[in-house]
Amino acid sequence: MTDQELEKAAANGLINRRHLLGLGLAGMGAAVANSALAADAGMLLEIPAWSKTPGPGASDYGGRSSYAGQFQRMSGAPNPTYPGGGASRSPLQHLQGTITPNGLHFERHHAGVPDIDPSQHKLVINGLVRQPLVFSYEDLLKYPMVSKIYFLECSGNSGALWGANGADAPDGTAQSIHGLVSCAEWTGIPLSTLLDEAGVEPEARWIGAVGADAASMGRSVPLDRAMDDVLVALYQNGEPVRPEQGYPMRLLVPGCEGNISVKWLTQVKLTREPSHFRDETSKYTDTQPDRLSRQFTFPMGTKSLITTPSGQMTLNRPGLYQITGIAWSGRGSIRRVEVSADGGQTWADALLDDQHSHKALARFRIPWQWSGGSAILQSRATDSLGNIQPTRTGLINEVGLLGRYHFHGIQSWGVNSAGEVRNVFA
Amino acid sequence: MSLPNKLIGILVTLAVSLTGFHFVSQAQSVGLGTPISESQLTDFDQIAGPDGSGFPAGSGTALQGKAVFEAQCAACHALGGEGTSAATVLVGGDMHSEGTPLRTVGSYWPYASTVFDYIRRAMPATAPKSLSDVEVYQVTAYVLYLNGIIDQYKVLNSESLPQIEMPNKDGFIDHSQAQ
Ligand code: HEC
Repeated sequence: MTDQELEKAAANGLINRRHLLGLGLAGMGAAVANSALAADAGMLLEIPAWSKTPGPGASDYGGRSSYAGQFQRMSGAPNPTYPGGGASRSPLQHLQGTITPNGLHFERHHAGVPDIDPSQHKLVINGLVRQPLVFSYEDLLKYPMVSKIYFLECSGNSGALWGANGADAPDGTAQSIHGLVSCAEWTGIPLSTLLDEAGVEPEARWIGAVGADAASMGRSVPLDRAMDDVLVALYQNGEPVRPEQGYPMRLLVPGCEGNISVKWLTQVKLTREPSHFRDETSKYTDTQPDRLSRQFTFPMGTKSLITTPSGQMTLNRPGLYQITGIAWSGRGSIRRVEVSADGGQTWADALLDDQHSHKALARFRIPWQWSGGSAILQSRATDSLGNIQPTRTGLINEVGLLGRYHFHGIQSWGVNSAGEVRNVFA
Repeated sequence: MSLPNKLIGILVTLAVSLTGFHFVSQAQSVGLGTPISESQLTDFDQIAGPDGSGFPAGSGTALQGKAVFEAQCAACHALGGEGTSAATVLVGGDMHSEGTPLRTVGSYWPYASTVFDYIRRAMPATAPKSLSDVEVYQVTAYVLYLNGIIDQYKVLNSESLPQIEMPNKDGFIDHSQAQ
């Protein structure tokens, strides 16, 4: 396939996304075949050994092929002064599509993962209700449930890109910088069903949600949001919620900073005012340049990032590549993702999978002809409300550098002439 | 929910489990929550709020809290609360200092109630909920004393603690209704 047949969409090699569809796809296949197989043109294909021997039979629990890579979550070293505290990050650059496998969903714990026997676990609804109620796990399994795909993102995600100490995380990968976002299908009971059953008193304005972990993590959620799309989630991608995600049940507040989706949910208390828990005062608050701090900043910003190529990868030879990544918005769905190969001077529309991305991850792709020169790859998301992902500098100009949460500026991956991809501040 | 409604709810549930039919009308509450009274929840519900709700009986001063702090907290937070890591600093800071302000209980937290609420439920990190309510009052007083917010004789209890004014009490903006 010749260069002329690939319709340019923006400078420095971006190709019209239609080449990923129909005819264009065949074209891409040809280009890839050229580079990957041409050297062995004389080779005769043979039947491989595994086609001649029966493999092991069915198993009780499946795992990944040993050839498919050893990628895992990335967790920090245990800290004796913070027992069970810390986080692990999803290997975003190794994943495709939009659903995070359960064992790779990011974690953030404040006092470790409790080992909860569901037959002993209680969910209490009390405070400003007509009748305080206690639910067992078994009770809750009998309620009408809904299944919805939602992302969860820690509001500390991508914090390295604030570059507060001037460090630009040159060794950063999609996982190490952005791995505190994941996406799953959550099945559970609308919290409103349970609140209605207890009978919310008219003066109630907030709920205080508390987990059964050793830190009794607590967060306040406004009642209007709690009555809207919040779930008491019991299943994650079809199986019971994993222990590190809150087994036997967690709150799931779609689109909002992950911390308010309280895991191991054991109490929902209706109150007039927020409870001002430690993790909504000391932490998870955003100090502005005027030294006032925004509290209860729930929705996660409109955001995207390229997962391939991304930090620490190497492009082996000039040629045609598929740029791909994820985009999400805590306020709606992803309407558009644009990609730039010249550090944001020119942009081309990426192809979005035709999937429902309301408060869920969207996957984007676009072909890119790498000339072998330097490039700065960026992506920019627009959500269904028209919110456009800001540049890193634009975000910092807007909110300053005293906040530690809610970074959602544009990620720049620099590609040098050796094909090495590195995090850069552009 | 009235009793007849609740019975209907349970009957619907029984029908579901007997037939394997998996649809329950959304409008029809299943009604399986067991009523409980607030008096049965006094130990379970540990939320202590700025409005004074949820504080248990008991009282304590910083003078009494010093020993508790040194035995139970100083290993991680250091004797003067200056911390052994960025996450464990409990004193100091000024929101109007040059550069990035150090944000601690003393410089940042808007409510004293949160100090009690958090320590009672989450500290000491190795053995949360191992302190008595009186010890929590004492050690809360000590943390506030280390920050120069109260003197060592100030008696903290369910009445006095929520009334303590924190230096940064006006430092927050409620963004909960921002779109
Ligand atoms: C094993 C170490 C350890 C011990 C012992 C310990 N703490 Fe902590 N403390 C921590 C860690 C770690 C954090 C931060 C937790 C987090 O961020 O989730 C913390 C946080 C705190 C905070 C909140 C700080 C902030 O600014 O958000 C307070 C207050 C506190 N501890 C008080 C105490 C008191 C009082 C005791 C003794 C009764 C105590 N701690 C014992 C490790 C410890």
